[in-house]
Amino acid sequence: MNTTKLEYLLRMGDNCLVLSQQLAAWCGHGPALEEDLALTNVALDLLGQARMWLTLAGEEEGKGRDEDALAYFRDGSEFRNLLIVEQPNGHYGNTVARQFLFDAWHMHVLAGLSTSSDARIAEIAQKSVKEVRYHFERSAGLMIALGRGTPESHARMQAAVELLWPYANEWFESDAVDEACASSGVAPAAPSLAAPWRARVEAVLDRATLKMPGYIGHQRGGKRGVHTEHLGHLLTDLQFVQRTYPGAQW
Amino acid sequence: MNAVASAQVSRDTVLAWLGEVMDPEVPVVSVVDLGLIRDVEWQDESLVVTVTPTYSGCPATEVIAQSIRDAVQARGIGEVTVRTQLAPAWTTDWMSTKGRDALRAYGIAPPVHRAAAADGTQAIDISALLAQRVVVPCPQCNSRKTRLLSQFGSTACKALYQCNDCLEPFDYFKAH
Repeated sequence: MNTTKLEYLLRMGDNCLVLSQQLAAWCGHGPALEEDLALTNVALDLLGQARMWLTLAGEEEGKGRDEDALAYFRDGSEFRNLLIVEQPNGHYGNTVARQFLFDAWHMHVLAGLSTSSDARIAEIAQKSVKEVRYHFERSAGLMIALGRGTPESHARMQAAVELLWPYANEWFESDAVDEACASSGVAPAAPSLAAPWRARVEAVLDRATLKMPGYIGHQRGGKRGVHTEHLGHLLTDLQFVQRTYPGAQW
Repeated sequence: MNAVASAQVSRDTVLAWLGEVMDPEVPVVSVVDLGLIRDVEWQDESLVVTVTPTYSGCPATEVIAQSIRDAVQARGIGEVTVRTQLAPAWTTDWMSTKGRDALRAYGIAPPVHRAAAADGTQAIDISALLAQRVVVPCPQCNSRKTRLLSQFGSTACKALYQCNDCLEPFDYFKAH
């Protein structure tokens, strides 16, 4: 077992799983039928990606845990997702802004992983990056539409970006896992994604007539299992049935 | 059921059988015409069909695997394994002309351009991405005056368009 690779796989898988669960909560509650459909389709893509990452994580771990065991029977402190994906859905603008900031990073990290020295990781990334490009195209388009919409939507989007901004730094901070994966060519160096991410985000915010926030402090911890209170609430929903009736199937 | 005739059954024969296995969500296009079948081979007495998924989360994937097993076993092949292969990632570029025609006849506009490179090496130009307005001809009246209603339609692989001439809304099978 390569523990740094395992940690990295859990990070990728947990990001997808947690964000998918968040988006699924919009099912039936979207502001328009098209948005409802779109968000749940994005959720579905992310769930499929989570399954691939977590299956591979289970194989890497070699203790017989499959995707379900990892999704349903780990506690919050064992989740390795970034803090931004567990932030509340809020109003629709918050969900869109969270998605946009994440998609821009996700697209770059997957592009980097698609040339990973680990062929299995490269395969999953090559599959996922195609889907995530589309997610980004959609969330960027919505940022622009809402940023340029009405004074009300503009103000809400600006506030949403500022609310989430402190969470949009964690992914560029390299720790021992990131460094080990970067030096073995498994993953791109975390800080190397910062400049392309900023450029992309700035281009969209500019078109959306939204201001790029300055530095307003930042949060970290998700990658080593230190989470905000929101993750626990999300997991109670996600894990309830399997925790109550272990092994239950449809 | 045994494998009496199995060794004689050729790859082409199996592909012809699979040509009758329809996608559960687009029941006019076969799994072969969608470009999902990557390989058919015999390993000893067992037939191995290698399939690639469309989208990561496509709920039809498991139904497709079962339909393939059923179709092959219905012809008397006892042992069949459906293997999943992720790379190279599926692209709508692999969809056959027959598949595209069948989609159009069914009222779904087929993909209109070649999909972007999947290896992530291709630079992603945000301005091109957002300015991109592909022309998707209406599958009903062939008008090129159509507009995007929603980036996602009834499934992950489709977007929703509307024709400005005949006013019909229609699904567009996205280039992927």
